[in-house]
Amino acid sequence: MKTDLDAVSPPIPEEILQRVEARGINRRDFIKFCTVTTAALALPVSFIPTVAQAIEDKRLPVIWVEYQSCSGDSEAFLRANQPTAGEIILDLLSIEYAEVIMAAAGHQAEEAKRQAMEKYKGQYILIVEGSIPTGAGGGYCTIGGQSAVDDCKMLVQNAAATIAVGSCATFGGLPAAAPNPTSAVSVSSLVPGATIINLPGCPVNATNLTATIVHFMTFGRLPAVDRLGRPKFAYGKRIHDNCERRSHFDAGQYAEAFGDEAQRQGHCLYKLGCKGPETFHNCPTVRYNEGTSWPVMAGHGCIGCSEPGFWDTMSPFYRRLPKVPGFGIEDTADKIGIGLAAATAVAFGVHGVASCFRKGDAMEEDKVVKED
Amino acid sequence: MAKRIAVDPITRIEGHLRIEAQIEDGKIVDAWSSSTAFRGIETILKGRDPRDAHHFTQRFCGVCTTVHSMASIRAVEDALNIQIPDNARLIRNLIMGIQNVQDHVIHFYHLHALDWVDITSALKADPAATAKFAQSISTWPKSSATYFKGIQDKLAAFAGTGRLGPFQNAYWGHSAYKLPPEANLMAVAHYLEALEWQKDIIKIHAILGSKNPHPQTFLVGGMSIPVDPDSQNAINADKIAYIRKLLRKARAFVEQVYIPDLLAVAPAYLDWAAIGGGVGNFLSFGDFPMDNSPGTGSLFFPRGVIMGKDLANVMEMDEKHITEYVTHSWYNYSSGDDKGLHPYKGETSHNYTGPKPPYEFLDTDGKYSWVKSPRYLDQPMEVGPLARILVAYASGVKDVVDTVNFVLSTLGAPASALFSTLGRTAARGVDCLLLAQKNELWLDQLADNMGRGIYDTFNKDKWDPATWPKEAQGFGYHEAPRGALGHFIRIENQKIANFQAVVPSTWNAGPRDAAGQMGPYESALIGTPIADPEKPLEILRTIHSFDPCLACAVHVLDGKGTEIVKVRAL
Repeated sequence: MKTDLDAVSPPIPEEILQRVEARGINRRDFIKFCTVTTAALALPVSFIPTVAQAIEDKRLPVIWVEYQSCSGDSEAFLRANQPTAGEIILDLLSIEYAEVIMAAAGHQAEEAKRQAMEKYKGQYILIVEGSIPTGAGGGYCTIGGQSAVDDCKMLVQNAAATIAVGSCATFGGLPAAAPNPTSAVSVSSLVPGATIINLPGCPVNATNLTATIVHFMTFGRLPAVDRLGRPKFAYGKRIHDNCERRSHFDAGQYAEAFGDEAQRQGHCLYKLGCKGPETFHNCPTVRYNEGTSWPVMAGHGCIGCSEPGFWDTMSPFYRRLPKVPGFGIEDTADKIGIGLAAATAVAFGVHGVASCFRKGDAMEEDKVVKED
Repeated sequence: MAKRIAVDPITRIEGHLRIEAQIEDGKIVDAWSSSTAFRGIETILKGRDPRDAHHFTQRFCGVCTTVHSMASIRAVEDALNIQIPDNARLIRNLIMGIQNVQDHVIHFYHLHALDWVDITSALKADPAATAKFAQSISTWPKSSATYFKGIQDKLAAFAGTGRLGPFQNAYWGHSAYKLPPEANLMAVAHYLEALEWQKDIIKIHAILGSKNPHPQTFLVGGMSIPVDPDSQNAINADKIAYIRKLLRKARAFVEQVYIPDLLAVAPAYLDWAAIGGGVGNFLSFGDFPMDNSPGTGSLFFPRGVIMGKDLANVMEMDEKHITEYVTHSWYNYSSGDDKGLHPYKGETSHNYTGPKPPYEFLDTDGKYSWVKSPRYLDQPMEVGPLARILVAYASGVKDVVDTVNFVLSTLGAPASALFSTLGRTAARGVDCLLLAQKNELWLDQLADNMGRGIYDTFNKDKWDPATWPKEAQGFGYHEAPRGALGHFIRIENQKIANFQAVVPSTWNAGPRDAAGQMGPYESALIGTPIADPEKPLEILRTIHSFDPCLACAVHVLDGKGTEIVKVRAL
């Protein structure tokens, strides 16, 4: 059946569509998915057939592991829309291991993981959710009696590429917040030098995850990243610069208190603590839950959840950022990163020091530390 | 002959759970529940702004997202004596209500169903007979032979690739699977439908809370989501209409798919109404305020305690009677590990003394879990939908009594059948149905307030920490999908001095206490038949019936100035 979408998109070869249909996938849904994914990757529409080809070709083997996680990223994945989780599970990927959904348990589950690692050595995508605790000789997190440290190292080293999802796997996240009781680290800290891409956010935005996977399937490599290992297509712009309330910021129209008339009318949340000016993420454009909303749209400031060490460097969350310039749309992560990098690197590496930014007297002052 | 087995990881749950069991003559004679992961979030909370706590605590868990935000916000509001506006109550009820509904459906189809449904058997089903069966139990429109044939073809194509992905290596073909192929095929179809449905209906969290998981509109004092029919940046008539549409979609699926499936599958597994009973003590904190009177107001699900399965006697709940033990948990109390401590007085330091990984078995004579052992009046308590429903049923809440009686009469089972693995699973369905039906009432009330010009969602009187007393402490309650959740906060000099969460899965998954009393998981496993120790499907059934959530369950509280805190304060 021809659809209106066929008319507006470059043609996906008919034989691909037929094979896809034979697998019980709706032709229209498939075209829609390829189109949306191509757009999410910021590729020209002429790439739609390439994307379609990549998706149709084979189910990419994926191992999804969780360590010090809350499963929020797994849940975000279950809310994926283009494609849906059901389509991903049955059509797009071959999810060899994922504790939240897999039918097998116990040693049969661990056996499935081991078999997949060996059979698809150097070919599978590893998705890691949660930080890895290095303290207590590995006793802070074990799976099937094996420590998260050993499990993660082994899986990363045998993967084609690793996607760290959510702020815990990418930057240590909440477990690594001061005082980091379990000596939790990110995947890239645990296995330096490995091919790892970081998709921070609390939780990860499912659209960005899907787009990253499809990019890999289409081009055989991971997308271009910034200096924090985040794909530029999703983390290349500051929230502040794409924010739907930006015009109110520039016009000096601010909500002064939660629940006031200005907040109800959608004015800027900067004075209520919004961290959008220091946060790089595509929330304002992609939003969450099929584009339904995102924090600023719902009247609450951004808490900076895609930045390293945000639990320490961005909190208290309701205190306004100091010295945000009025104009700066052209700024990039790397340009404003000089001040920010100092704070986040400290938070990331030396939690004891990071914590003093918010302890005691420092808590009462604006965090000028970032501006130094 | 005795045999010791370990099931690790228990999959299709949140977090890291390990069950060890001793099997003799085909039955479990002893069992140990262990959580194998620890993060230390309460330690991280110390010294922070109490208004920030909900952002941190929400990350206890991304499956039962929202619930820890709710409890910690209430703890701070209780400590500071803050009354929230009526609109905030209603928005919170809607967020909690749809969380319960969505979470229970995901649990039934995606976490629990594969314990009862053999996917491989669905390939043998006759689509026409499946259609006839489906139409006999429900008016749900997706029930034609063509529809089921399509699902079966898709499944066959998937299986035909030889790559079963998340369905490989499972216990397919196990003798404990009892459903006919047609019921299995119908269940597979509904598994896929539920996967679609859940992501749609949870958009209510995005509308009211900005996103899901981890909504971000909670505030101490109310909600940040504005209400104003004259603004396009607030909850207006358009958004009310959208929420209503989603609530009806939620309710239709629960009434026409989930509940009929539950009632259709249960008769094949009635033997499980006599397995998995557990400790027989039940605790509910109650929830869903029906009015905005000070304190908790009147709660849709009442608060209460049932001891020894005695439904004739619902005792009043007093949080003073809660204590936590660490006798078999990897923590130490300075006063000795054999005494229980109330959450406000808690003092703990984590201390892993388990085997060095990789290991084969835990030393269950010593400490063997990251979960503590909460007790009420020194008794282990089960919490969750079963506890919540039993307390409401025994308290005579009409909606609950009617729905429970309907389920029991349909299955031809006595009330005593509720004390079981099957009872737990059925009670979750009852809970889900009641809330799916109740949610629209709160939306109506919200719309009614808007119509009368009442837009407040936030009480700012005590937002400024300068207005707070020097010291305060509070208890935040919640009935999360998985049961009674309590957050306890102590505020000193505008900072968090102590924070502790006593979480549903802590109650249920905890190890033995100082007196050697088993926790609810452990107790429920005793006597469970195990057909094949290599494939302990039966363990999954009972453990999944509790809907474990282990990231939630593991926490550490702190008293004053342990070494960790000193290091950080440098």
